[in-house]
Amino acid sequence: MGLAMFDLWHKIKQNLFLKPQPGFTGGIVHHHQFKVTAGLPIVACPLPDVLMHPIKQHIGEPCEPIVQVGDRVLRGQVLAKAQGYLSVPVHASTSGVVARIEEHTIPHPSGLGLTTIFIHSDGLDEADESLYPMPNYRSIDVVELRERIRHAGIVGLGGAVFPTFVKLVQDQKHRVDTVILNGIECEPWLTCDHQLMNEKSHEVITGLDIILYLVGAEKGIIAIEDNKPDAIKIMQTTLLDMGMDKYIEVQVLPTRYPQGGEKQLIQAITGKEVPAGGLPMHIGVVSLNVGTSKAIYDAVCLGEPLTERIVTVSGDAAPSPVNMSVRLGTSMHFLLAQVGIQSLDGIKLIHGGPMMGELLGHDDIPVVKGTNGILAMRETTVLSAHHAESPCIRCGDCGEVCPAGLMPNLLAAHCKEHQFERAEDYNLFDCIECGACSYVCPSHIPLVHYFRYGKGQVAQIQREKAFAEASRLRSEKREARLAKERAEKEEKRRIAKAKKEARAKALAEKQAAEAEAMNMQAKSASETENTDNTTQKRKPEETA
Amino acid sequence: MIFLSSPHQHGGNTIQLTMLSVIIALIPAAMVSVYLYGWLAFFLLTTCIGVSLLTEYWLLRWMGKSTQPVWDGSAGLTGLLLALTLPAAVPWWMAVFAAVFAITLGKQLYGGLGYNPFNPALAARIVLLISFPLHMTTWIVPMHMGATLNMYDFVTSLQFFFLGPDAVKQTWDAMTMASPLGYLKTELGQGTTVSQALLDYHYSTLHAFIGRESGSLGESSALALLMGGIWLMARHTISWHIPISYIATVAVFAWVFNMINPDVYAPPLFHVLAGGLILCAFFMATDPVSSPSSSVGKVVFGIGCGVLTWVIRTFGAYPEGAMFAVVLMNMATPLIDYYIRPRVYGYKRGKKA
Amino acid sequence: MELLYPILIFAVLALLIGLGLGLASHYFHVEGDPLADKVDALLPQTQCGQCGYPGCRPYADAVAAGEVDINHCIPGGERTMLEIADVMGVEPKAIEEEETAPVVAYIREDECIGCTLCIKACPVDCIIGAPKQYHTIIADHCTGCALCLEPCPVDCIDMVETPELLEHWSWPVPGTKRANKAESRKASHGVSHV
Repeated sequence: MGLAMFDLWHKIKQNLFLKPQPGFTGGIVHHHQFKVTAGLPIVACPLPDVLMHPIKQHIGEPCEPIVQVGDRVLRGQVLAKAQGYLSVPVHASTSGVVARIEEHTIPHPSGLGLTTIFIHSDGLDEADESLYPMPNYRSIDVVELRERIRHAGIVGLGGAVFPTFVKLVQDQKHRVDTVILNGIECEPWLTCDHQLMNEKSHEVITGLDIILYLVGAEKGIIAIEDNKPDAIKIMQTTLLDMGMDKYIEVQVLPTRYPQGGEKQLIQAITGKEVPAGGLPMHIGVVSLNVGTSKAIYDAVCLGEPLTERIVTVSGDAAPSPVNMSVRLGTSMHFLLAQVGIQSLDGIKLIHGGPMMGELLGHDDIPVVKGTNGILAMRETTVLSAHHAESPCIRCGDCGEVCPAGLMPNLLAAHCKEHQFERAEDYNLFDCIECGACSYVCPSHIPLVHYFRYGKGQVAQIQREKAFAEASRLRSEKREARLAKERAEKEEKRRIAKAKKEARAKALAEKQAAEAEAMNMQAKSASETENTDNTTQKRKPEETA
Repeated sequence: MIFLSSPHQHGGNTIQLTMLSVIIALIPAAMVSVYLYGWLAFFLLTTCIGVSLLTEYWLLRWMGKSTQPVWDGSAGLTGLLLALTLPAAVPWWMAVFAAVFAITLGKQLYGGLGYNPFNPALAARIVLLISFPLHMTTWIVPMHMGATLNMYDFVTSLQFFFLGPDAVKQTWDAMTMASPLGYLKTELGQGTTVSQALLDYHYSTLHAFIGRESGSLGESSALALLMGGIWLMARHTISWHIPISYIATVAVFAWVFNMINPDVYAPPLFHVLAGGLILCAFFMATDPVSSPSSSVGKVVFGIGCGVLTWVIRTFGAYPEGAMFAVVLMNMATPLIDYYIRPRVYGYKRGKKA
Repeated sequence: MELLYPILIFAVLALLIGLGLGLASHYFHVEGDPLADKVDALLPQTQCGQCGYPGCRPYADAVAAGEVDINHCIPGGERTMLEIADVMGVEPKAIEEEETAPVVAYIREDECIGCTLCIKACPVDCIIGAPKQYHTIIADHCTGCALCLEPCPVDCIDMVETPELLEHWSWPVPGTKRANKAESRKASHGVSHV
């Protein structure tokens, strides 16, 4: 009831312009945020014996391994190089020997795997020193800085894992004037960004300064939700200490999910919307996660590529939940053992947060760049959120909470009935899959699942149509080729036949001529025979 | 193991909770009806609710489907709403017929909950009105308002409900009185002015508000209905768009025309408090299955209901137009949902994918 | 007499409207694709012959002419059948055969004798080879029609299931069971617990 009153009051405030703060449409307020690890200091996870590095931990092309089994590698050494433009390299998280390179499960809902490079740690943790620190970044060329960020393997650490260097350009047509650091962390259970801001505020802010320099912007905003009062205070104090409070400010936003979604955050802070099919850059904004900012600091000022990140290991089945600083490639099993979980009986693992994270089938899976949390949830808890589906009562609650302004109930109905063109017409591909609609649905319809199914089907249909079209062209080409061959054969036969006929004709003529000649000779011979007796005697010889 | 997609957390809202909260919101109105009509109201309420639940149960069993939906509260809610729209003098067989019709032809025929195009209670009520117009427009004098015979005690009510007025040895004339809307319509037809008619009727706005006027079971007390309705809006079970736009439209139309000619057109407050408007606005029009899903669509729906209600009341043959208005707009819901969609993030209003 | 006028009016109206319709159907006539082209565009172009016709285009022609049912295309499956039903304006009809997983052909090169018989048989020219040289199948182009299996004199061609690619994976419809690939993968690689 109190929640509803808060909702109503917030709406009245917004509509009456009492507090002219641009917000975003829709959104939900979780009944319980479960931030049990908030305020707990970051603990360093011990170094495991085996580290597993999949060749693709980002959006874009997979990397290509450049090491071989038996090679000794150092911490921060490139294991697999980037392929193409949208790609960043993968580094070893500690020193050791490459044990094997083979397919292994990755944190993906399908349960499928990718080529993974296994490193057996030698315990020395020797670092690769090839990247030199650049603490005076403002005197370095932006191109070189951008290249450093790319080479360090930095991707969006909020979970989207988009290669960061792509965003950090200066486009003449689209000037960026504001950089937003996303410290919102609206998912329940997760507190890794929160703790990062508490403990590494200096690094985060320096990273922001680097970003400002790279994109040529003058104003920085650090967005934090109001459920993190300690982080807000610490960031504000650090800004003052660093003397950067003139052009960077902390903006506090009311706790609401999915405030941390890039599009929603930009709308909430600037009041402007990212145009459909466009980028935040087109409205002069660039937004990055606080963890990414710290990784940029590490790469630029310390010369350290991305080899570790903060992971919240929590969940209602974890005896001692904690925020850990984890080397990339650590097995989930090892991580869970650190919080007291040895067996997965009656436990379901969620990679990420409960709203957008995915269930994992087992724990022999490595921590990757996008792992912001591992939740060990009791099976009953997870299954209680997945009741049997009832028919849609068209209450419209889903549409009210949708931050993208869609009508989820109609969309899901179209996807279910395979009306994918209709679904696209209802803006299926503008769904950000935040899960707010499924959260509020009284009929327990798995709306996001239907959208994902629909999107997958549309992609598959397009692929199949393209393949069918290509097959048809190949088939037609083949028909044409065969027809051409037949035609050529026909032509050859015709020419051969014509030649043969011509030759036959010539032969016939020659024979006719010969026969003619012989007849004439025979005639003349018979004439001379009548006048001469000796020729008669010679007749039989002539005829012979 | 089944593929389960995120989100893996749920807000806890269920269909049962939704239905239950609407039923709770209707309790004040049901209590007022018992206050006004005694045991008669009680029998009517129990018959409608009971028959609805039983009909749904047997129907689902007969169709070979799971009888789980009986427990989600929607059949009970339909029965309760139906009872609140009926006059108190309805005999038992009409109540049973209405409940059976509402569940079978109003709901299960289309596939059950979530598929009915019309509000089932209203659909049944309309069928009753058209089939048995006399019964459905006869309003008996409530208790505490000068009813000559105490026919609201247990035994008399039982006799009346099952055996009709003859059993209570009372003539219809002594028992009946006109509802405000009905009286106004007849008087206006005869050329009396609005103010004169209301005066003759001893109409009091206060009485209309707290519930001392005659009408169907749930119509009388605007206060009780508003209590429930506002609680529902605060609890976010229904959104404010339909009730507010519905009532506001009726009020605006009534006010404008009342300014033009106060003798022929009734004042806005009268319209708002009279008949089943508040009941329909908060509980019937807001039925989620038959109303649009988007907020703007809901406002359009509410405005459409408002216009139709006022038009039917003023120019139509029936004194009360709310139920017809809502069912007519129910027909337009798919159209509204198709053409009126919320604006999608990143697009200008009006442009789609 | 009174009846005459209405009759005349209606007759004239009918004539005018009929004329209008006729003119409209002539001047506003929309030139559409021939039906066979439309149907052919919906078929998967496997050229397998399972429909009983030698290729997709002949089947499309037959369907457009109404000579054959719309449920004969097996690689196309239910989706293609529904699309054809939509375009032809007929009732959908269930496919009788079971839909199988997509397959591609694979030549066991050690056994290949280089006879080029399969190359000649392939309707989309996706087999590379030359006389007395190994033949191989371009898996990306193979439509899975299996027409190359019969001509092979040493029976060295198999139809194998296409491996599930991560970039092509998509969520199944809600309620589908997980094939437990995760578990099988773990089992095949042993437990690398640390």
